[in-house]
Amino acid sequence: MAEIKNYHLNFGPQHPAAHGVLRLILELDGEVVVNADPHIGLLHRGTEKLAETRTWLQTTPYLDRLDYVSMMCNEHAYCLAVEKLLGVQVPIRAQYIRVMMDEITRILNHLLNIGTHALDIGAMTMVLYTFREREDLMDVYEAVSGARLHVAYYRPGGVYRDLPDAMPKYQVNRFKNEARVKQLNAAREGSVLDFIEDFTHRFPALVAEYHTLLTENRIWKQRTVGVGVVSPESALQLGFTGPMLRGSGIEWDLRKKQPYEVYDRMDFDIPVGVNGDCYDRYLVRMEEMLQANRIVKQCVAWLRDNPGPVITGDHKVAPPSREAMKSNIEELIHHFKLFTEGMSVPAGEVYAGIEHPKGEFGVWAVSDGANKPYRIKLRSPGFPHLAALTEMCKGHMIADVTAIIGTIDLVLGDTDR
Amino acid sequence: MSAKLERLCRKLKEVFADRAGEPVINRGEVTMTVSAADYRQIALTLRDHAELKFEQLIDLSGIDYSAAADRSGGPRFAVVCHLLSITHNWRLRVKAYATDDTSPVMPTIVPVWRCANWYEREAYDMYGIVFEGHPDPRRILTDYGFVGHPFRKDFPVSGYVEMRYDPEQQRVVYQPVTIEPREVTPRIVREEHYGKGGRG
Repeated sequence: MAEIKNYHLNFGPQHPAAHGVLRLILELDGEVVVNADPHIGLLHRGTEKLAETRTWLQTTPYLDRLDYVSMMCNEHAYCLAVEKLLGVQVPIRAQYIRVMMDEITRILNHLLNIGTHALDIGAMTMVLYTFREREDLMDVYEAVSGARLHVAYYRPGGVYRDLPDAMPKYQVNRFKNEARVKQLNAAREGSVLDFIEDFTHRFPALVAEYHTLLTENRIWKQRTVGVGVVSPESALQLGFTGPMLRGSGIEWDLRKKQPYEVYDRMDFDIPVGVNGDCYDRYLVRMEEMLQANRIVKQCVAWLRDNPGPVITGDHKVAPPSREAMKSNIEELIHHFKLFTEGMSVPAGEVYAGIEHPKGEFGVWAVSDGANKPYRIKLRSPGFPHLAALTEMCKGHMIADVTAIIGTIDLVLGDTDR
Repeated sequence: MSAKLERLCRKLKEVFADRAGEPVINRGEVTMTVSAADYRQIALTLRDHAELKFEQLIDLSGIDYSAAADRSGGPRFAVVCHLLSITHNWRLRVKAYATDDTSPVMPTIVPVWRCANWYEREAYDMYGIVFEGHPDPRRILTDYGFVGHPFRKDFPVSGYVEMRYDPEQQRVVYQPVTIEPREVTPRIVREEHYGKGGRG
């Protein structure tokens, strides 16, 4: 009888299902995966080292570039860490704005994940639907910050500016005629809050649409049910957080258990899976989008009635208004010092973790009293999740590897940092 | 919240007595310093003790204290773990200093928390801290064949080598970096209470 040997297969780094630049060395026995060895670091930019050479404020935009599908949540953890070090109070309105934008980010992230996960394992249509809604939310990002991806909207002490009164509108061009543009702009005539509110009313029906496409879909279930099962004990051992942990049946959500900002005033539920397979994690994410939608609704209602400052009045941390800066020597000095030397952060170390769409995103910030961080460690949720890939893939068929990569919600910018 | 932290500190003192340093509460976080020799045993106790139950290792990272402005002697490298207990809903930071500054060695805690595997690989890659007994001691984030440990304070931000495609040799070549390192904003440590108390 011929001798049968396992063989190695190189997957990636450039592979459409690798969600970026992931290289996997797969050891295969026929079509069964015996071992999977992820090689990461192809997107390593040394953010933590760069942060040590920039002032505390200059580091904020780098955080956008980590997990580039949930930008605001990354910034949020960093700002929380800096605020904790400084002992700065964030105005309540800024806290509501942050919570609202975090939840919008969560919807954005999960829409991308569910769309591309389905795309990876053969359901082409899904991504077209989810990107339609992503487009609306990206416009919200654009309206509040001026940028669609690298927003730099959260600043230590609050947010960069208040929610604007206008939404960007579509214009007539050779692809869109006047009637179409009018229809697209229907919800955009009012303020950003009006647009978001309109979205929250539309969104549950859209999620129902996704459910009809996938949830009972035979092929989708065959590809995800019973694939990549993680027991609750393993999930804890492997450092899982977020939907990955909840998919395994552990009810743990920082927004509920260790509430930050105004999450303790919000009314929402935590969905939990039962079997810990890819399908359960998918269901958890679907439900999380609806719960996020609920939180956004509550925030919109509050924000409508309660105007106020959105960034701290401490000008050692946040810049003064342009008007004050141009009419007052003290504020001019504050502005100059803040943007040249930066803020002095008292010595000490803090860890701030938030419930990022992918799991717990944490920032461990060490300061020695300088105007730059001494050490920033970014705890990205994707890192331990990807580390568990080997364990999750073992014994599965090679085609399931893409299903498992999809369920991890992998973004290499976040894993490699 | 602080009552809960004090309870955690009391428990830690009770369980470890003089095996570990005094737990410190600062800014709502508890930090405990342990010696490299006891580190692994303490990690195991922290995980399994019914009243502590730190089921999760949230983060593990290295740190190089050599350039800290507030440093007064002491070891250069440390390993810092952030632990989370889901049962009791509390967190703990465990800090263990490596005794040797030139070739830091620490025991591995992969047998305690499996996810430590990649974190320790990262700490090795970035700081050159060797984890004794690690099952897979390879670099993780840096390039294949990378030399040095980039997050050490004596490693320049621009690195030592850069990579480019050489059209003559028709392959990628490494060469010494051509970027001039520059510092736009100097690093400044102000005296205490700077900017407070009406001094502008």
